[in-house]
Amino acid sequence: MIALKMNSVRQLILLSAVVLSATGVTGADWLQFRGNDVSGVSLASEIPATWSATENIAWKIDLPGRGLSGPIVIGDRVVVTASSGFRQDRLHVLSFDRASGDKVWERQFWATGRTMTHAKMCVATPTPASDGTRIFAFFSSNDVVCLDLDGNLQWLRGLTHDFPNASNSLGMASSPIVIGDTLIVQVENDAESFATGLDTSNGKSRWKKVRPKKANWSSPTSFQNGDAEPLALLQSSAGIEAVDSHSGETVWKFGDGASTIPSSVVTGDSLLVPSNGLTALRLGVQLADDVKSPEVLWNDNRLAPGTASPIVVNGKVFVINRAGVLQAADVNTGSVLWKLRLKGPFSATPVAAGNHLIFFNEEGGAQVVDISGAEGAIVGENSVGETILCTPAIADNEMFVRSDGHLWKIAK
Amino acid sequence: MIHLRHVLTVIALAASAESALAADLNPQLNAIRNISREGGGNEAAAAAVRTLSSSSAGDLPKILAAFEDASPLAVNYLRNVVEAVADRHATDGTIPAEELETFITTKSNDPRARRLAFEVLSRVDSTAADRLIPGMLLDPSPEFRRDAVQRLISEARSLGDDAGKKAIEVYRRALSGATDTDLVKEISKALKDRGEDVDLVSHFGFLTDWRIVGPFDNHDFIGFDTAYSPEEKLDFAAKLTAKEGEVAWGEVTTSDEFGIIDIAKSIAPHKGAVMYLAASYESAGPRHVEFRFGTPNAWKLWVNGKFLFGRDEYHRGMAIDQYRVPTELQTGKNVILLKLCQNEQTDDWAQRYQIQIRVCDPSGVAVLPVKPKAAATSDAGSPKQQVKRLTARTEGASR
Repeated sequence: MIALKMNSVRQLILLSAVVLSATGVTGADWLQFRGNDVSGVSLASEIPATWSATENIAWKIDLPGRGLSGPIVIGDRVVVTASSGFRQDRLHVLSFDRASGDKVWERQFWATGRTMTHAKMCVATPTPASDGTRIFAFFSSNDVVCLDLDGNLQWLRGLTHDFPNASNSLGMASSPIVIGDTLIVQVENDAESFATGLDTSNGKSRWKKVRPKKANWSSPTSFQNGDAEPLALLQSSAGIEAVDSHSGETVWKFGDGASTIPSSVVTGDSLLVPSNGLTALRLGVQLADDVKSPEVLWNDNRLAPGTASPIVVNGKVFVINRAGVLQAADVNTGSVLWKLRLKGPFSATPVAAGNHLIFFNEEGGAQVVDISGAEGAIVGENSVGETILCTPAIADNEMFVRSDGHLWKIAK
Repeated sequence: MIHLRHVLTVIALAASAESALAADLNPQLNAIRNISREGGGNEAAAAAVRTLSSSSAGDLPKILAAFEDASPLAVNYLRNVVEAVADRHATDGTIPAEELETFITTKSNDPRARRLAFEVLSRVDSTAADRLIPGMLLDPSPEFRRDAVQRLISEARSLGDDAGKKAIEVYRRALSGATDTDLVKEISKALKDRGEDVDLVSHFGFLTDWRIVGPFDNHDFIGFDTAYSPEEKLDFAAKLTAKEGEVAWGEVTTSDEFGIIDIAKSIAPHKGAVMYLAASYESAGPRHVEFRFGTPNAWKLWVNGKFLFGRDEYHRGMAIDQYRVPTELQTGKNVILLKLCQNEQTDDWAQRYQIQIRVCDPSGVAVLPVKPKAAATSDAGSPKQQVKRLTARTEGASR
């Protein structure tokens, strides 16, 4: 009876995840890297195409430390992580009032793992995640901190404290995601490489899997097939490993290699993997017992993304390559539809609001591209004047973006 | 009137609750201090945080005292409690400033707890930094020390270029407390610009004199987990079978001001190789130290025959204090054995084969050996000679 009850609760949570996944971002929240459904798309939102110090910037506030992590939005709060100190060993989690930008609370922690990173990165590189009631902040030091929405500590883990060789001297960047009641964390590096599913209620590992011993900065994504347990899709240089998000059991593997920086994106029943350019896999079918890998729908080596992850909007996949060329391709065939040169370089993954794709380059220049026509068209060029490496967050008709020093809310 | 009585009752009950909590915080503090690996005790610790967060401001010193010998994870739980209590009482005038200052200035208290106490005190006392930081130049807390050093650098800068001896004296004082590389480099440059000598090798405690042997085989990364003969027995007189034939122990020293021993340049650009380095370190007594080093290569470290740590990572960057390995030194001679592995990558950015290693206390202050230079061998020659004696094969490769 107790087991049945626990199972029911879990099913309810999973159902919530499924609903979110099926409907896309609800518009009110942006709970993790690339939003609630890990797509980076908020079709219902309308973000101004132009902004400046005197126009369409609702507020701009100072941050106490560096960060490549994106903001997340939970109801009326905007949550950001940062790291400070000569050794970047002071970890910050900050909550701001979404309407006013006023700081509601700040909590600090000391890094328990290594804090060395490449100069371009910092310890606050992974974007935090939330299940709507709790915040899960993950840092390059492999510290995981869970706080409630009022900043009360729920639990913490020091994954390098527990597994001392789990680190990367260039820094860790993979952003965790929440699937049901499990936090999926990839701690993949050249030495002690693993992924783990943490119980969101207490931080204990539901599962821990040995992963390829190679530095990996890509982030997981998820896929829900009917009533089956949602899958966590773990990307690495080896390819994709799909695991049951609750048990960690491997369901299938795609072993043709994948990038270790830009991450895959799910669209409908397909997964677009930065592999040999871009490779589309068919997910929405039950694999036969003797089939261990999903069908490859198409592959195009011209569609290799640079650092930013691909994004899918209205049947088109958009990829920005290392040269700063934006390519739009048919998501069903991979056929390139149009190209548009943008001013790069780009680290931030673009986000979509309505018919606009928003690209922040590393110099803080934002280019807004209208994708509703036969060709893409730049309809807005703006600058915040500071280095931007994070992926922005969109909630309703508001966009939030951060630099090492500031957090902006861009809205009419 | 009734309303007022209710309010007073609520206040009294709240005070009573805080008082009851203050009576014995130990069960909650112990629940936090008892957390273990892999989330063990997280639920109990979280419950303790909830309870302790309603503590009175007067409990802060006791909560801070619980930092002593707590694990890094427990310290973060405790920090959260202190922040929550300080937030609640930041404006009600109950922060115990005097007790906090006593806690801060008692240098035997946990450095992180003292720093946190200072941050809480600074919220209610804007003069705290000016009063306390100047006395923190040689503090066990790196953060306090950094603040004090930065003040002295500012003071020296403000003296202007004509200050001469006075500026040098202030910079010298700043250097005495500096362990962060950026500040040390800034001070060192300022002193050198004024004609002063700066011995950064001694300042950081770099080990510069080593015995060395190799190369052993590391093709396909086999060397990291292969125990070659130096791991079995350290016999500096023995001839060893290595990757390209028989080799013998030689000696290497460095005059690099940051203690970098560059095997690729000063010995040979070996690829797919393992080199062993050994040194002795004379300690005045038993003490806790950290071996801190930077290298872009895979490595393993033993001290007095005990394996301490190893890392199988190549060409992901190199920095001072990239790795920190705590250990205990024994009185007298301590034998350090280091295994340094190079992979077979051909990329331009993957050719570095080097290491810098130093011995310091947990706050980063150099712990120097009893002898000014930790001689690699008793028959060491000129310390300026880059490679003094290696196998014929290695010597040939280095020409």
